Amino acid sequence: MNNEIVIKTDNLTKKFGDFIAANELTFEVYKGEIFGFLGANGAGKTTAMKMLIGISKPSSGDANIAGFDVYKGTENIKRSIGYMSQKFSLYEDLTVRENITLFGGIYGLSNKVIKSKTDELLEKLGLQNDVNKLVGSLPLGWKQKLAFSTAIFHSPKIVFLDEPTGGVDPITRRQFWDMIYEAAHNGITVFVTTHYMDEAEYCDRVSIMVDGVIKALDSPAVLKKQYNANSMDNVFLMLARSAERGD
Amino acid sequence: MNTIELKNIFKTYPAKNKKLTAVDDVSFSVDEGELFGLIGPDGAGKSSIFRILTTLLLADSGNASVMELDVVNDYKEIRKIVGYMPGRFSLYQDLTVEENIEFFATIFNTNIKANYNLIADIYIQLEPFKKRRAGKLSGGMKQKLALCCALIHKPKVLFLDEPTTGVDPVSRKEFWEMLKRLKEQGISILVSTPYMDEAKLCDRIALIQNGKILEIDTPQNIVDRFDKNLYAVRSDNMFTLLKDLRNFPKTDSCFAFGDKHHLVLKENNIDLNELRAYLQNQTNLEINKIEPGIEDCFMGLIAKSNTTQEQLPVQSE
Repeated sequence: MNNEIVIKTDNLTKKFGDFIAANELTFEVYKGEIFGFLGANGAGKTTAMKMLIGISKPSSGDANIAGFDVYKGTENIKRSIGYMSQKFSLYEDLTVRENITLFGGIYGLSNKVIKSKTDELLEKLGLQNDVNKLVGSLPLGWKQKLAFSTAIFHSPKIVFLDEPTGGVDPITRRQFWDMIYEAAHNGITVFVTTHYMDEAEYCDRVSIMVDGVIKALDSPAVLKKQYNANSMDNVFLMLARSAERGD
Repeated sequence: MNTIELKNIFKTYPAKNKKLTAVDDVSFSVDEGELFGLIGPDGAGKSSIFRILTTLLLADSGNASVMELDVVNDYKEIRKIVGYMPGRFSLYQDLTVEENIEFFATIFNTNIKANYNLIADIYIQLEPFKKRRAGKLSGGMKQKLALCCALIHKPKVLFLDEPTTGVDPVSRKEFWEMLKRLKEQGISILVSTPYMDEAKLCDRIALIQNGKILEIDTPQNIVDRFDKNLYAVRSDNMFTLLKDLRNFPKTDSCFAFGDKHHLVLKENNIDLNELRAYLQNQTNLEINKIEPGIEDCFMGLIAKSNTTQEQLPVQSE
């Protein structure tokens, strides 16, 4: 992790009519940082994330993502980031290789680069013998690892992960986090939402959103000290219990 | 009397060139008034078990009963006395909150008033939105509505399939408080969850993976059976510490657990000073022996049975 800023927001706001879904969000995320974006259901996380990845126009405020402006540079933002949704995002009826080639192509990589990077990736994942299998036939743990690998295949500056570990067994969940650590170690910024509070502890810093506002932002250790809590679970409960907005 | 009983239930689904075994010789029983948890990840077979018990799916073989009624022969009787909240939201999206509850009450020949006391503390939270269409509710509210609809005919047994999946920690906590109150009213509850921290809120649990039950008991007994020493280890650099711990020749397993790493050594009598010497590059190193939780036990059982989602084909539910 270093001091290069890759996400910077300044009073970023999104209104739907009278409803302020995200209210004056101001924060920075650094290169190679694992940043946990937490909040109760309905707190405004998804709205905020959609603005950050360039698919929802802010009502007011500014944000710069990977060096591009969220108003004018949305196409450049999309090229500079990876995204993995909570719903499995690969094509089940395409093979492993077809999925990688498809996404590599969408991100503008040449066939030559795709081929060499695919071989490298398959070797790392140990999937060489499964390259022509339909993704739908893979075990759940592998699907998720492959989805993550595909999301960072084009070496994005930032990868956005929306509840990436829902439903997997505890060992697979941790193996997934091993991959996140490695990506961050290689300089990719990881912006992740999760409902598992033990995963919040793995983040370098976390923000907690309540009713559209960022109520707390710091490292898990500092937050626990500040709220006199023994776990992030308790910090979260203390902050989110004050929510007035029905979820 | 056993409220729920399963004996040697098998269920397979056809797949290309082969059969996928979703439920693999599962037997367990739930006592009257018990809050029983099926704990396991996606693809473990939880939903298939729920569908078999609620008479929506036929097992390939084995017997199952609810309130001593057979799931095959007495399915009509069972449907009258159980409440079922499926994993996927399955109320009418284009009816309002109020209309959904009324609809389900009418199907069961009752009305909201007759059993209001049962749903009162959930319904109060829904009341501000009672004219809103169910499809426009957020996740937490949808779940509360689904629970209301499953309760409106005062069932004797409640089946809740992953009611808290994808729900934030605050709503999850509230949901479990509601379950506790329902249990106090004498309703037997079978609930499934992928969240290991919810296991300790159940009277008894079955840990399930890839269609097989790994263990059934009270959470405390399961924890007590964990026979290896468990250590919580931390230092200033948790990333390199994890790698170092895994490279230590006498390490059996090591996984990140929140702000600490949980370490199991190959033998219980290993001298910790040897480990400390191995980790001499780590600063502010702390090693403490700790009591295991359900998640430690579950991970130990998965490793022992060699059935992580890595190795076996996922069994689609």
